[in-house]
Amino acid sequence: MINNYIWLIPILPLIGFIITGLGRNALSKGVIGFIGSTVVLLAFVVSLLAFLQINSTGQAINVNLFSWIKVGYLDIPFAFLVDQLSSIMLLIITGVGFLIHLYSIGYMHDDAGFCKFFAYLNLFVFFMLLLVLGSNYVIMFIGWEGVGLCSYLLIGFWFSNPSYADAAKKAFVMNRIGDLGFLLGVFVIYRVFGSVSYADVFDKAAKMHTGDSALVLITIMLFIGATGKSAQIPLFTWLPDAMAGPTPVSALIHAATMVTAGIYMIARSNILFTMSPVTMHIIAIIGITTAAFAALIALTQTDIKKVLAYSTVSQLGYMFLGLGVGAYTGSFFHVLTHAFFKALLFLGAGSVIHAVSGEQDMRKMGGLRKKLPITFLVMMIGTLAISGIPPFAGFFSKDEILAHAYEHNPIIWVVGVLTAMCTSFYMFRMMYLTFFGTFRGTEEQEHHIHESPASMTIPLIILAILSSIGGFIGIPGHHWLQGFLAPVLEKSTALLEISASNLSASAEYTLMGISVAGAVIAWLYAWSKYRNNQNIPVADTEERPALTNLSYNKFYVDELYDTIIRKPLDALSVFFYKVVELLGIDGLVNGLGGGTMATSKKLRLLQSGNVGFYIFMMVIGVIAVLVYNLFGF
Amino acid sequence: METLTQNIQSIPLNHYIILCSVIFSIGVMGVLIRRNAIVIFMSVELMLNSVNLLLAVFSVYHNDPMGQVFVFFIMALAAAEVAIGLAIIVMVYRNTNSLDINVLNRLKW
Repeated sequence: MINNYIWLIPILPLIGFIITGLGRNALSKGVIGFIGSTVVLLAFVVSLLAFLQINSTGQAINVNLFSWIKVGYLDIPFAFLVDQLSSIMLLIITGVGFLIHLYSIGYMHDDAGFCKFFAYLNLFVFFMLLLVLGSNYVIMFIGWEGVGLCSYLLIGFWFSNPSYADAAKKAFVMNRIGDLGFLLGVFVIYRVFGSVSYADVFDKAAKMHTGDSALVLITIMLFIGATGKSAQIPLFTWLPDAMAGPTPVSALIHAATMVTAGIYMIARSNILFTMSPVTMHIIAIIGITTAAFAALIALTQTDIKKVLAYSTVSQLGYMFLGLGVGAYTGSFFHVLTHAFFKALLFLGAGSVIHAVSGEQDMRKMGGLRKKLPITFLVMMIGTLAISGIPPFAGFFSKDEILAHAYEHNPIIWVVGVLTAMCTSFYMFRMMYLTFFGTFRGTEEQEHHIHESPASMTIPLIILAILSSIGGFIGIPGHHWLQGFLAPVLEKSTALLEISASNLSASAEYTLMGISVAGAVIAWLYAWSKYRNNQNIPVADTEERPALTNLSYNKFYVDELYDTIIRKPLDALSVFFYKVVELLGIDGLVNGLGGGTMATSKKLRLLQSGNVGFYIFMMVIGVIAVLVYNLFGF
Repeated sequence: METLTQNIQSIPLNHYIILCSVIFSIGVMGVLIRRNAIVIFMSVELMLNSVNLLLAVFSVYHNDPMGQVFVFFIMALAAAEVAIGLAIIVMVYRNTNSLDINVLNRLKW
């Protein structure tokens, strides 16, 4: 029985963290790399066994480890729930996580912080597993905060560079804003339902009225939490900056796992969201807006990782769109396929960066196809997958979301297809700028170019295979994933089916045809524009057309936040510091001290040592007391 | 015993109070004005004695022995004080060759 060993899944990476963390000065890099990767591999094996059992029995596994918080009516057990949803997440986290650990052995090999890096990665995997495994919102929150912490540590991994450290701080602060929403949501859940465990909450929620104001409040709060973690408008600007961290981190945290926590959380609470249509509309609108907005920014970026980062924000927007229109399966399907191809793309980009000696600017790349054949091939597969070209993985999941969006509202669908065209364009633009034409960097870099070691290419190849075939678990008509996830989504599906009008097969094929045609047109446009070193993006100092400039500068969102939030806050803190702190509080405290000192300086002169004077004062005092008592002054 | 009480009570209470006040004031003035430490000491004894006298008189007038008990306490206290005070004065004289209290201003901070 696997039930007795579920606790091993999070504990293994924790043990890895302790060993790699404590032994970072004592153990060699080889040992650290081996331990760090092996614990994740073992966790993957346990997760796989759990998955297989659930797949065969269809029964969720509930593990009650110990009673954790028990105060009055509040009873929060430390319990794990492995059901269809979390078992797939476990596979993604440990599976993709293992590949990225393996890749890191090669990628981080020459870095001084190699051991620290593995310790952080293992800690991250532990918290992420906790987030997914918890059977109540409080345990989810531990993981939620933990992954935020690890994200901060890893983004700021090269903290001696101030701008990297700033990026880490930005990610941390933005995540905290979202976390506040999540936490308030959990409080309201406890207030309304008297419990935070999923089973209780969902059972009680299903008996409420659709659109109940308490449910709306809860879901809005939870969604704010999700926008922070999953980088949606308005809290999306931290994710592109998070690319300051080492590339494996970008792949693991900012593409495959942590940023999908928001989607996992909403999919987990699907019944709450289904029952508050207002929130669903908000999510759909935020999702599609983020998807389109980020895609527009990605069009003109020149940093290879920034392109991928904005593409991640955009794809996360798709997932939220899917959640917002009630396509929980489609959304989760996209989480799964996106984990494969985006991890692949990031690791591929890492391989490119590794080859050209740390250069990230695509203007200084080009012509790498012949020199990095494996990297080129896998990156091409990843690009085809994210662009939605059949039969690669991204096609199926994206089209499922778009089909649901069409049922919901054709306008959203149109925006979605246009965004998909943008995706295809910027991804192929990246491919042509990086791999085609001739090399544009320095001679020293050109001399250095080499294919990455096997520890890096093997994970790439595995991910490429997954990106190629991963979509087949969700073919329309034979949708394995839908059937698998059905028990989790049971209550929502029952509610949604009342309103949903199912599309006819022919209409669905037409929609697919249109989006594929759009993607191919965008591909051809990118080809005509960027093959053979044409239209290399101009240097930062040169003039750009107005619209390009707007997109290149990320629509000045950071500057906007600076003006409307940071500057007023700064001014306020300066006011509090200069006026309230220095004048008010310091003035009061120092004034009391200074006053006492000045008075004592005068008063000590009374101590003349003259006994006669002392006695005289004593008599005066006695007389004063007598007069006071006798005449009652 | 009876006659003693009657003798004391034959003088009005006011006279005692005035007498004691006068003695007490003389003591206070002595303490304040004189510079010789021993004279000051004696003036303090004068003040104590005036109070003792008053306590004894009140005790008789009120038929309450409490006052006389207090007199004994005060006398015992004064004796102890004199023992220590004289010792201090002797030490002061040895160190300064003088009993002028205005010279004794070395005890300040």
